[in-house]
Amino acid sequence: MSSEHAVSVTEVGKVFNEGSVDEVAALSGIDLNIEPGEFVSLIGPSGCGKSTLLRLIGDLLEPSAGAVSVFGKSAHQARMDQNYGMVFQHAGLFDWRKVAANIELPLELRDWSKADRAARSKEMLDLVKLPDFGNHYPRQLSGGMQQRVSIARALSFKPKLLLMDEPFGALDEMTREHMQIELLRIWEETGTTVVFVTHSIPEAAFLSNRVVVLSPRPGRVHSIIEVNLGQRTEDTRENPEFFSTATKIREALRAVEAAQ
Amino acid sequence: MRSRWSALWPPLLTGVGGLLLWEGMIIVFGIREFLLPKPSSIWAELFAEWPVLSHAGWETGRIAFSGLVLGVLAGVVLAFVTNRFRSLNEGLTPLAVAVNATPIVALAPIFNAWFGITGVVSNQAVVIAVVFFPVFINTAKGLTEVHPDEIELMRSYASSEWTILREVRVPNALPFFANALRVVAPLSVIAAIVAEYFGGPQDRIGNVITSNAAFARYDVAWAAIVVASAFGLALFAGAVLIERLSTPWRMATQVEITNNKPGRGK
Repeated sequence: MSSEHAVSVTEVGKVFNEGSVDEVAALSGIDLNIEPGEFVSLIGPSGCGKSTLLRLIGDLLEPSAGAVSVFGKSAHQARMDQNYGMVFQHAGLFDWRKVAANIELPLELRDWSKADRAARSKEMLDLVKLPDFGNHYPRQLSGGMQQRVSIARALSFKPKLLLMDEPFGALDEMTREHMQIELLRIWEETGTTVVFVTHSIPEAAFLSNRVVVLSPRPGRVHSIIEVNLGQRTEDTRENPEFFSTATKIREALRAVEAAQ
Repeated sequence: MRSRWSALWPPLLTGVGGLLLWEGMIIVFGIREFLLPKPSSIWAELFAEWPVLSHAGWETGRIAFSGLVLGVLAGVVLAFVTNRFRSLNEGLTPLAVAVNATPIVALAPIFNAWFGITGVVSNQAVVIAVVFFPVFINTAKGLTEVHPDEIELMRSYASSEWTILREVRVPNALPFFANALRVVAPLSVIAAIVAEYFGGPQDRIGNVITSNAAFARYDVAWAAIVVASAFGLALFAGAVLIERLSTPWRMATQVEITNNKPGRGK
């Protein structure tokens, strides 16, 4: 069991509109293992298939070739077992549900009792530092607050795997940096495994244990960069090791660009 | 409460002022009553002819209301059906568009021939046909126009299509439906009255208007119009009430947020 990967992607390819004139090879020959508790970012130029890879891991798309397994089972089984928490760039909160009810939605779908749901949503609101907003509607909150609720919802049922697709892409720079610190704190507290799609070099460097650089058309793994920043704080952003990591990622992305 | 009253004042003042201006203009310019009766004369006829008018209002009102309810039901049911069966949608939507492009009230004489001129069905059919289309198109739009992320999120929870319908599509469609209802509620009264212009029993608002106008009793005709617009207004108010009750989140106002910044060690 100790050798079981959180995510195991083997020889995966994805072709959209196969056999039609607008056929697109999105991904080809992807091999990637992610260990339990790891924080892995996917980065690459647009069209490199990073969101597609995330959706293949989450069984929202089916691979055209190869296999994806999650905690030793098929991605489909993992989805049926509700092992995934998902956060998108668009917070995707339901307007008609109050903030607490949004966080409780996945719990409702698992038939949790009302009392248990209320207790968990309160706990989650504390975790994302919005203890007083359970009774508000999402539209009454700022973009950054909505995204925190979205993270609270994704974590409410303690998913084994958290899939995030540019979750902070629509936020301003300062809110984004605060959210990164928040996310790392929550990640440490919950011990969940995170796959994080981003197009921001500093974001990938700051958050990840490993950064997977993808090249486009079709998407392939160009290189994998290890990050050794230790415990992150706001000061980490001014740390030479942080800059050298960002530089490594940038150079990899430049190499990807030059190869096109 | 205070703000509710302050919101009521301007339209109330405008309404009363408008009526006074109307009354005054007729007196000052000596406009003949058969061209435009004074509000006070209309008001007097409203009382004098109340037994006839209230009965006509009831007759037309129940045709409009029942047609409204049936048309709304038909529109909602068809919206669900087309959402469930996409191929049916491709066949039905162009047909519904074609039906909508037909001036429905022009069909009133034909409906009279089909369903009989003495009963309520032919006029009801006109109301149903007018109400149905906006409700169908808007509700169907609300059921389908869901953000793709929201569907992916539900699928990541292993939700069935039925759960997605209940948790996402239906609440998403509610504001669309409420908008349509606000449009068609007063439209149902208009459709019923126009349909009545093409004949039928004499005890309905449309016929009271035409027969009194034919005898130059314009003040009575105007009083009948007052009854009809009061009913249309009541239906509109009902639709607004349904909208507020069914979509409370749309009334929620943005709160002023202080202490927005998370983070630690500050």
